[in-house]
Amino acid sequence: MEQVWDVEGTRMATVDFGGVRKEVCLAYVPDVQVGDYTIVHVGFALTKLDEASALETLELFKSVGLLDEELNVNVDTR
Amino acid sequence: MTQPNFDSWSCPMPLRDHSAIVMGHGAGGRLSGELVEHLFVPAFAGTELAGVLQQLGDAAVLDLGGTRIAMTTDSYVVRPRFFPGGNVGDLAINGTVNDLAVSGAVPLALSVGLILEEGMPLDELGVITETMGEAARAAGVSVVTGDTKVVDAGSGDGVYINTAGVGVVRPGLLLGPQYVEPGDKILISGPIAAHGIAVLSVRDGLEFGSDIVSDTAPLNRIIREVLDAGIQVSMMRDPTRGGVAATLNEIAHASGHGIVITERAVPVADDVRAACAFLGLDPLLVANEGRVVMFVRPDDADHALQILGDDNPGAAIIGSVVADHPGVVVARTGIGGTRVVDLPLAEQLPRIC
Amino acid sequence: MKYLDEFGDADLARKLLDDIAETTTQPWALMEVCGGQTHTIIRNGIDQLLPDEVELIHGPGCPVCVTPLETIDRALAIAARPDVIFCSFGDMIRVPGSTDDLLCIKSRGGDIRIVYSPLDAVRIAQQNPEKQVVFFGVGFETTAPANAMTVKLAKQQNLANFSLLVSHVLVPPAIRAIMDSPTSRVQGFLAAGHVCTVMGLSEYEPLVEQYQVPIVATGFEPLDVLEGIRRVVTQLEAGRAELDNAYPRAVTPEGNPVAQGVVREVFETCDRSWRGIGMIPQSGWRLNADYADFDAERRFDVLDIMTTESSLCRSGEVLQGLLKPNQCAAFGKECTPRSPLGAPMVSSEGACAAYYQFRRLEVTA
Repeated sequence: MEQVWDVEGTRMATVDFGGVRKEVCLAYVPDVQVGDYTIVHVGFALTKLDEASALETLELFKSVGLLDEELNVNVDTR
Repeated sequence: MTQPNFDSWSCPMPLRDHSAIVMGHGAGGRLSGELVEHLFVPAFAGTELAGVLQQLGDAAVLDLGGTRIAMTTDSYVVRPRFFPGGNVGDLAINGTVNDLAVSGAVPLALSVGLILEEGMPLDELGVITETMGEAARAAGVSVVTGDTKVVDAGSGDGVYINTAGVGVVRPGLLLGPQYVEPGDKILISGPIAAHGIAVLSVRDGLEFGSDIVSDTAPLNRIIREVLDAGIQVSMMRDPTRGGVAATLNEIAHASGHGIVITERAVPVADDVRAACAFLGLDPLLVANEGRVVMFVRPDDADHALQILGDDNPGAAIIGSVVADHPGVVVARTGIGGTRVVDLPLAEQLPRIC
Repeated sequence: MKYLDEFGDADLARKLLDDIAETTTQPWALMEVCGGQTHTIIRNGIDQLLPDEVELIHGPGCPVCVTPLETIDRALAIAARPDVIFCSFGDMIRVPGSTDDLLCIKSRGGDIRIVYSPLDAVRIAQQNPEKQVVFFGVGFETTAPANAMTVKLAKQQNLANFSLLVSHVLVPPAIRAIMDSPTSRVQGFLAAGHVCTVMGLSEYEPLVEQYQVPIVATGFEPLDVLEGIRRVVTQLEAGRAELDNAYPRAVTPEGNPVAQGVVREVFETCDRSWRGIGMIPQSGWRLNADYADFDAERRFDVLDIMTTESSLCRSGEVLQGLLKPNQCAAFGKECTPRSPLGAPMVSSEGACAAYYQFRRLEVTA
């Protein structure tokens, strides 16, 4: 997640899907911050991924080599 | 479970399903193919060189007293006209240069036909024209003739560009699906799907931020290097609309052989792959504008790869021609499963849900 | 630069497949009720690689496939209007109505736009105040929170030219209907991972209890799907019928309460007709009275559209797993991806389209 801002009280963010950046609504994940992993579906984040699970998943995905369209990868330093 | 025979599915009646043109007819897939085979080829039959059209090659090869000339034409209507990595002008020059190059010709000269919409800003036209000039110089070809028309505002889309090109075919070189044989290896000159994704990333309704740029580029130099090295090439094509899948299917069908590719071996940049996953698109079906698919005799495959790889990181051997399942392209998936890679029907619809 | 890997670690997949093969001693019929999982299975050839005894029946998990014919026809009627910009996800564009599809309407001049998110449709509505902008809200519970929040935002902004054509369907009633059917052969279910992300797992407990079938919440990557299958088969072999979660990184038992809250604010449960299956009671969501103004069906007065389903199309039996697509008389003849009679032939996640592509060939090269 790259930036977070408000649109009339609704939290939005720019999320990086492994190279694809898209605006995503964070209304359903109020505790999510820059640096977190989430599942996104049609422009809405649906859940925060627990970091341990996410790392495990990333390891699995690194070896799997395939990113599902709903899985975000954190890009925190540019 | 009995397996039905899929080999005779093509509809015998022309244009049965549509009484008017739909967008899919221009997408380079099955609908486009049917329009050509059932409407255009029959209409242009009955002349001395009609057989050339029927070969449906990327370029028409004409024998002029011993020297073979390749001739090709293409129109460029991409929207938006400007996209990451280029604009319609780049495509117009490179696309035609490439159709000549994959036919084994040294591209020489292009014509440029412009259909301009009243109201099209001149400075934008200027940028596009400049781009075309640069692309021509970079490819080593000359624009030698052209035409300009203007249509009423609302009748066009800014600018439509047609380019036609001629080149001299390398003496003695025989290319075509009829020369493809089981055992031939299939190479791609670099990572795929970048162009289609770059265009989608700026298209209305689907915009997303990315650093992905079109791969538009002239292929004549790299093809010449491969041929100069004596590599035995049986067929080449640039996988534009319809992607690598369309190209492989066309050649499998025309050659009467089957094709097997290994999905793992097909090069796709990480961010392009993520974008395809995001949009629900199969990279094999997404357009490229600067890649060539080559069919090479097995003994020459490694050498060909080395030549391609020198200038093109990500060049790869992706599969081979087989005697089995004629006309069908099969992909080995990562865990040894197989799936059929079919000719796309029309435009790739981003799968969302 | 990476290559296109279906599995970086094919070894892990092999391990899961071997485990399934070792565990299996008798035939089992499993169903996944999620188009995304069907897609993964067909795309990767997973059902080819499973032992013959393990049969995967592809359930009605593709919301595109089960959208009622009347709804499609209503969508077409709305999209054909010159004052309308009709926004939809890509996979609805070629689903056949009684006589047309959205692509046909587009070729006749309809303004039809493919969007990624319902929020894109709101943006289009803001940018085109003189037009009516309609978003085609199709999907399972996974997509409902997005549509709910979107229409809530539209109401907050008094976006009068925006409306939603809703056709949400729910998984648990579908499972119930399948298990209630006297011809059902399903012995275990893979539950749709992201539906459970939203709704949690509580709705599946009563189903496990009542029908004594294992239900395992499963993800979408090939390894996730294999793991889900492995867990169901393991339970079946051991004679167990339990609710299990094979996708813990994205699924918690309680789901997402915030999303559930907004969905309840905006939608109400209703009876819904599933194309090819029939009416399943309380199996859908529609906009409730507070949001009726944003209901495209009411705004455009299309509620009386009559429908004619093709009599040749047997998608209902396919969707219930009673018929394999290639057993249908129209398969590959009157019904092909070029000229589909029913939705499962159009949708990339539809069983019929998958079978059309899915020719079992021995690869020798």
